[in-house]
Amino acid sequence: MSRRPYVQEVSRTAWFFKRPRYMRYMAREVTCIFIGIYTLILLVGLARLSESQVDYEAFLAALRQPSSILFHVLALAFSLYNSFTWFNVAPKALPIQIGEEFMPDSVVAGGHYLIWVALSLFILYWAGVFGS
Amino acid sequence: MSDNRLEVRQVELEILRYNPETDEEPRFQTYTVPCVNEWCVLDALNHLKDNLDPTLAFRWSCHMQVCGSCGMMINGEPKLACKAMLRDYEGMIRIEPLAHFPIERDLVSVADDFMAKLKRVKPYLIPGQPRTLEEGEYKQTPEQLQRYRKYAMCINCMLCYAACPEYGLTPKFIGPAAISLAHRYNQDSRDGGRDERQEEIATTEGVWECTFVGACSDVCPKHVDPASALQQVKVASTVDWYLEHFMSWVKK
Repeated sequence: MSRRPYVQEVSRTAWFFKRPRYMRYMAREVTCIFIGIYTLILLVGLARLSESQVDYEAFLAALRQPSSILFHVLALAFSLYNSFTWFNVAPKALPIQIGEEFMPDSVVAGGHYLIWVALSLFILYWAGVFGS
Repeated sequence: MSDNRLEVRQVELEILRYNPETDEEPRFQTYTVPCVNEWCVLDALNHLKDNLDPTLAFRWSCHMQVCGSCGMMINGEPKLACKAMLRDYEGMIRIEPLAHFPIERDLVSVADDFMAKLKRVKPYLIPGQPRTLEEGEYKQTPEQLQRYRKYAMCINCMLCYAACPEYGLTPKFIGPAAISLAHRYNQDSRDGGRDERQEEIATTEGVWECTFVGACSDVCPKHVDPASALQQVKVASTVDWYLEHFMSWVKK
């Protein structure tokens, strides 16, 4: 008797609808598109700044459009989601063993959050948000 | 506490059947099986095979979550049939062979691909400093044991492959269990085979095919946490790359 295994096909375009955890994964991945677009806008701003003041003023005016503000609010929300999901899984990539024990995940993830807050405060301070 | 553990109830099982001699493709067959409340799905399958339909094919051996043979999809989730308790399910239970693997017959999957990958990653001790019999055993501190212990718990049940969408989409991916076992030996203080294993796992078909969905760790019945092993291999491989390209004077 010869073998005749049946090959189970996986849908290339709809596989992530099959399980909630696949959807959560795709949500995490899709958020990076918004972060990517935000980065491009930032680069365009730098290019305008290097060209002339008039160009830069026009760029700033474009940023004040309601559609631009809506995009930035969305991008902020998605980048927060992206950061949270990655910080929460960071302990898997960076286990810290002390003697026979491993540091609790909350300490490793918490360290990421602390550094994140500290860096954000530093940048805000540097950008003059807290006044001179 | 009302004790209904020994109560018998009728459980409907919807089982994917495939007979390679007669079927072109698999089809579902529904059975009503009298089950004791405290049974697991494997007990129900055994009762079904012994009393209702002897033609049903499925693998099992230990009935105690050690052999890793009875992996199957239960209501769409990869589970060991001996660990899936009937009391946790309501209504009809859908049972299919492991996703992503070819079906040999009924609930029996073709494991050849996984076995070949397991062999490739050399999941055994390659002593760094071979010792003669007279020199005695290879000693290890509890601390050194702890470093890899979690990854040594793998029972090769392949549930992680059935959960991993990357493996489903790209079958040449070496996959969670095999890479975790390679990592287990790489982390072992007695081992010296890391370079040989990195040839296989620090590659596109190896860890770099993984996009950290994390499903493997969710379904692992032995809490091996394969996702953590793969991310650690990624970190270590990246460090290797930088050392090799920018700091080649540093001896590993």
